[in-house]
Amino acid sequence: MQFSNWQEFLAMGGYAPFVWSAFALTLITLGIVLVIPVRRERQLRRQLQRLERLHEQENSQ
Amino acid sequence: MTSARRRRLFMVMSVVFASGVAVALTTYALRQHINLFFAPSQVLAGEAPVDRVIRVGGLVVPGSISRDQETLQVSFEIADNIAAIRVSYSGILPDLFREGQGIVARGTLGPDYHIQAQEVLARHDEEYMPPEVADALKRTSMAHDGY
Amino acid sequence: MSQTATSAQRRKRFKPPLWVYKLASPAYFDHLAGRIIPWLLFPGLVLLSIGLVWGLAFAPADYQQGDSFRIIYVHVPTAALSMAIYMAMAITAAISLIWRMRLAAIISRNCAPIGAACTFLALATGSLWGKPMWGTWWVWDARLTSELILLFLYLGYMALHDAFEDPEVGSRAASILALVGVINIPIIHYSVEWWHTLHQGATLFKFAKPSIDPSMLWPLLVMLLAFALLSAANVLMRSRNDVLERRLQPDDD
Repeated sequence: MQFSNWQEFLAMGGYAPFVWSAFALTLITLGIVLVIPVRRERQLRRQLQRLERLHEQENSQ
Repeated sequence: MTSARRRRLFMVMSVVFASGVAVALTTYALRQHINLFFAPSQVLAGEAPVDRVIRVGGLVVPGSISRDQETLQVSFEIADNIAAIRVSYSGILPDLFREGQGIVARGTLGPDYHIQAQEVLARHDEEYMPPEVADALKRTSMAHDGY
Repeated sequence: MSQTATSAQRRKRFKPPLWVYKLASPAYFDHLAGRIIPWLLFPGLVLLSIGLVWGLAFAPADYQQGDSFRIIYVHVPTAALSMAIYMAMAITAAISLIWRMRLAAIISRNCAPIGAACTFLALATGSLWGKPMWGTWWVWDARLTSELILLFLYLGYMALHDAFEDPEVGSRAASILALVGVINIPIIHYSVEWWHTLHQGATLFKFAKPSIDPSMLWPLLVMLLAFALLSAANVLMRSRNDVLERRLQPDDD
């Protein structure tokens, strides 16, 4: 551990605004880019299921 | 491979090759403009235009820094392996500014090869190490130099 | 006569293996991607957490730059991947042009947003590092400018892809742009050697030993691997979605 307490860790040797915004920006962008395909997949699978159920109904009638 | 595929492979390779040649020729022709700064030896050889805003980059010569006590006015020499020129600047210097550090000064070149800088940027090298390692390296090199 | 005989022989010899044909089947790709993605995604997330804590709290500060040096742990991985993903995008674009393989076109297209995000992050984190160390947010040197061109290549690729009524035409036009832009990759990498730049030389990707202390190098490699795994997972997830979407379109059955 390079820092002896939380204040020191958060201060980043006086470079806090630069270091923390670089890491925050990276994590936020990474999160957004990762959530988009996860949500789209959920939506697509739901649509696929609906379509399959529709096919089954047509076949049984 | 079918002939259609071979034709398309050839097309793909020609696109990459042609754009490569075009860009290589362009960057070669513009090389002096792509360089961000002139080295001090280039300035002294007369390669840099006088009375126009240019950038000069080199290492801060140890012992050459003189600061005005009242104002932010500072003057120092920057050098490459061959030549050195003097830079005057008034303003806040970057954190990395120190003796031996690489810097890039933007300003007008006077006829006496003196740069009146409007902006001073610091360069750093690609070496990263903890302070302890840097200290140890310094000690061993000093021991070798006979200090 | 002999010409046709040899070309027939050649055709036989260059027959792709079975799995290449299997990959063209949407159901098989869905199944295969579903098995690969967790092995990329979860190790990626674990390594990212380890790398973040290691880089931010346990790696030593730099002797010259102090704690601002820690930006390297997000800057170098995103910058390296911005170029690696471009190469993946260009190679799959070439495959889709030559062999008309639909899956290659889908993967190529989904490399673009991930690569663009990495390029944006490399530029933004570099700017946040440049201000305290160099003294400026931005300078038009060869390294920074060529990386900015990379961002525009990604954005242009995506725009061109969607600019045509016929998606097949858009895919082909964008693929050609991707190939034209390949030349920018060696320019980005060697810009710091070929021209005078404010940006320093390479620390990691060179033939010599990395010029960084091992205590700082290991967390960097962890972060690099984490970003590589997460990017690969992301491209696969998006490609699988495109394959699923095709199954939803009635005219494709």
